[in-house]
Amino acid sequence: MKRGTSGTVDRRGFLKAAGALVVSFSMHESPAKAQFGSAAIPGSPDGRQTDSWLAIGADGSVTAYSGKEEIGQGISTAQQQLVAEELLVPFERVRLIYSDTALTPDQAYTSGSQSHPANFRHANLALACATAREALFDLASRKLGVPVDQLSASNGVIRGAGGSVSYAELVAGRKLNLRLNPNAKRRHPSQWTVLGKPIDRPDMAAMATGQFEYVHNVRLPGMLHGRVVRPPVVGATVVSVDESSVKDMPGVVKVVVRKNFVGVVAQKPWQAIQAAAKLQVAWSAGTGLPPIGEFHKSMRKLPSRDSLMVDSKDTAWTLAKAATILKATYHHPYQMHGAMGSSCAVADVQGDKATLYSPTQGVWYQKTTGAMILGLKPENVHVIFKRGSGCYGLNGADTVSYDALVLSQAAGKPVRVQLSRKDEMAWENFGNAWTIDERAGLDAAGNIVAWEHEAWTASLGNRPGADQPGNVITGMLLGFEPAPFSPGPAQEPRFYSNNSNGIPSYVAGRVGGSDHGTGAIRSEKVLVHSVVSPFWTGPLRSPARLQNTFAHESFMDELAAHAKADPVEFRLRHLRHPRVIGVLKAAAKAAAWQTRPSPGPGSSSNGIATGRGVACVAYEGDNGYTGIVVEAAVNRDTGKVTVTRMWVAIDAGPISNPDGLRNQAEGGALQGMSRALGEEVTWDHEKVTSVDWRSYHSLPLGFAIPKIECILIDQPDEEATGAGETAITVVAAAIGNAIFDATGARLRQVPFTAERVRAALAERA
Amino acid sequence: MSALTLKVNGRTRTLDLDPSAPLLYALSDDLELRGPKFGCGLGQCGACTALVNGAAVRSCVTPVSTVIGKEIVTLEGLGTPEKPHPIQQAFIDEQAAQCGFCLNGVILTAKAFLDRNPRASESEIEQALSTVLCRCFTHTRMHAAIRRYAKMVTK
Repeated sequence: MKRGTSGTVDRRGFLKAAGALVVSFSMHESPAKAQFGSAAIPGSPDGRQTDSWLAIGADGSVTAYSGKEEIGQGISTAQQQLVAEELLVPFERVRLIYSDTALTPDQAYTSGSQSHPANFRHANLALACATAREALFDLASRKLGVPVDQLSASNGVIRGAGGSVSYAELVAGRKLNLRLNPNAKRRHPSQWTVLGKPIDRPDMAAMATGQFEYVHNVRLPGMLHGRVVRPPVVGATVVSVDESSVKDMPGVVKVVVRKNFVGVVAQKPWQAIQAAAKLQVAWSAGTGLPPIGEFHKSMRKLPSRDSLMVDSKDTAWTLAKAATILKATYHHPYQMHGAMGSSCAVADVQGDKATLYSPTQGVWYQKTTGAMILGLKPENVHVIFKRGSGCYGLNGADTVSYDALVLSQAAGKPVRVQLSRKDEMAWENFGNAWTIDERAGLDAAGNIVAWEHEAWTASLGNRPGADQPGNVITGMLLGFEPAPFSPGPAQEPRFYSNNSNGIPSYVAGRVGGSDHGTGAIRSEKVLVHSVVSPFWTGPLRSPARLQNTFAHESFMDELAAHAKADPVEFRLRHLRHPRVIGVLKAAAKAAAWQTRPSPGPGSSSNGIATGRGVACVAYEGDNGYTGIVVEAAVNRDTGKVTVTRMWVAIDAGPISNPDGLRNQAEGGALQGMSRALGEEVTWDHEKVTSVDWRSYHSLPLGFAIPKIECILIDQPDEEATGAGETAITVVAAAIGNAIFDATGARLRQVPFTAERVRAALAERA
Repeated sequence: MSALTLKVNGRTRTLDLDPSAPLLYALSDDLELRGPKFGCGLGQCGACTALVNGAAVRSCVTPVSTVIGKEIVTLEGLGTPEKPHPIQQAFIDEQAAQCGFCLNGVILTAKAFLDRNPRASESEIEQALSTVLCRCFTHTRMHAAIRRYAKMVTK
């Protein structure tokens, strides 16, 4: 965006200016519905009719519109490659516009490792491009009098039988409206010249030289700066606000109070910060928090909404007959997104119209919920995505966007709001806490015959979706309620979904008379209890999947040890799915895995003990596959764990950009390590106490990072799957398994702090 | 507020500032520079780093009154996309970023340290980066880029 412009663009005008060939979307369902089961927001480009994914300019340029945005994961580079590949134009000629409610289709959230499957399979952006290419070839065929199968194209020019015609000439000569053709042929990976290549990120140089415009850098004419004043403790409400306490401070423009929302608007950011600190607000007492040390136990006693994911109804019987029954309980704490830059948004609310620059993962939902907060019509709210600091899920992006809207509306001027570090960390929607009981039976030969998984997880709020702004703190302070919770018993599973990875990879997953799982164990039961959380929660990179996989893959290791079997061999014995088997074998091979049971031979020695651990997963059951081997050293005296090597095998279908995939796998592996070793939300009797980087422990840049080897498994004949959340999912279990292999001590609670490691070692001794 | 003169990226700028305000706000708000960023406001993450007389300082906790007359350099003062500084080029060559928000602190901290300690060992470099964060955990590539630059400065 140019500085000093509001960036408002009318799509129709834009398309008219850009060219003529418009490919409309025409699936039976809207893209948002196809992906998330919810209908597209009214007013969003209607896929079946007029909304387009693609405009070929009269000048031969290609503009693509996507609802899947760049949040640092590299998807914009891959999407630009996709468009270039399908349309046979150079990468540089493609302009990609994403997540702008005036311009782009509603593809719901950019989340859940859904961007790659959504736009790289035979649908949406990929299909729009294929449809357009075929249409252009048809036009060229008619124009040149040459059959389509004798034409070829490159650089936006179609050639055949000595003649040639450019896309620009074809389009300039004729206007077209096309529906997406479900029969249009995608270019096969074996033909790719742009997609599948390690193309550098176009935004890299701007980022490295301080030129890149983040949402934090958006500056509008007359823009003011806001600061919010959050409650001092959980559940506190406003009793009174003494506006006179700041009225003489320099630069203060306005104090804004709406129900329990309090904020200050000033000319400059530092003035707003000082005024917010000085503003006298009387708050009621809070609602209190449960003791942190008993939290996991207390979840079991709360009223719960239960869901049964699989139930063969014979587990009690099978377990009763088993030669051995093993049980273990695993705990995973609340963790935070902890954005590097605290969240920021810029809003310009003028009368009945609003423009919002937001780092949200869902611009269309910000539009509708933002309109609810402002009391405006959704069609009058224009939301433009601007990249923020990496979010890894629902960080403060949505809530700060509401803050900016409210303060701008009150001030009647554009307002920029950036949260304080503490406001970001104390009030974001944390990744949920989990307690998981695993129970399995082994037969006399050491094979698993039954597996029961019972989990408790606490949640409150979530992504706001189309109509629940109360799912994040600002919405709640303004008087909106979070999504209601109603306890209830589990129903029989009617369809199979392993979206949360509650179902272990090793069971058959039998629902509705057929097996959908990736494993062989036929006696199976997975039951999940959802309870109300005292804190806001929301998706944090690999939500539920990471925690469930930590339990499953740790427990699998315990079972293998009990059976005195090699952990890789033991897994293979119970797996049926070729792609899970593929990543597991690939990681083990790269790591030169030595077949033997855990713990290893050095586990009884003193001082530093080293070990290896393995884990694997079919992310969401079928949306990406990862196997990992880690090598770790454990200092028996201090309890410090040092991960020295990691081998990550990843299968995300056809590889769209190997360097981008590797970047995601490397980052996921190390982020997973930080979460496994140090990250934990803490609180006292009334408030969150992990509110900065001294109290919330993120591994800094300066440490002896493990050497990471990525094994990228290309699957040219499979569909694209998610890639961003697979590697992180398996890390905690693999590290825990390596600690066990090194020392014989089992870590069942994340994070594996030195203190917990020492306690586990003492228990073992 | 008072009129204060700062030397930023080779240019002298007179600004109307609160002398007790952190340098970060003068850079990112008054001068609209995009390199230095607010990350924590506590000097704990590095996002706000600027070079002051060649040393990396945390501008979010450095009062502007303490840097009057000193040479201030921000990330954009090192090089441009067309002509990046060698350490910026090293990061581009390694594709060492995801969201990129931390790059300011990573690049400037590493540069300031290596320029003064060209023969630093691996563990000394680690020590110098011990309070710099990257939440995307692009550590592997960043270490590779920093080693690449370290080789250049020792030559």
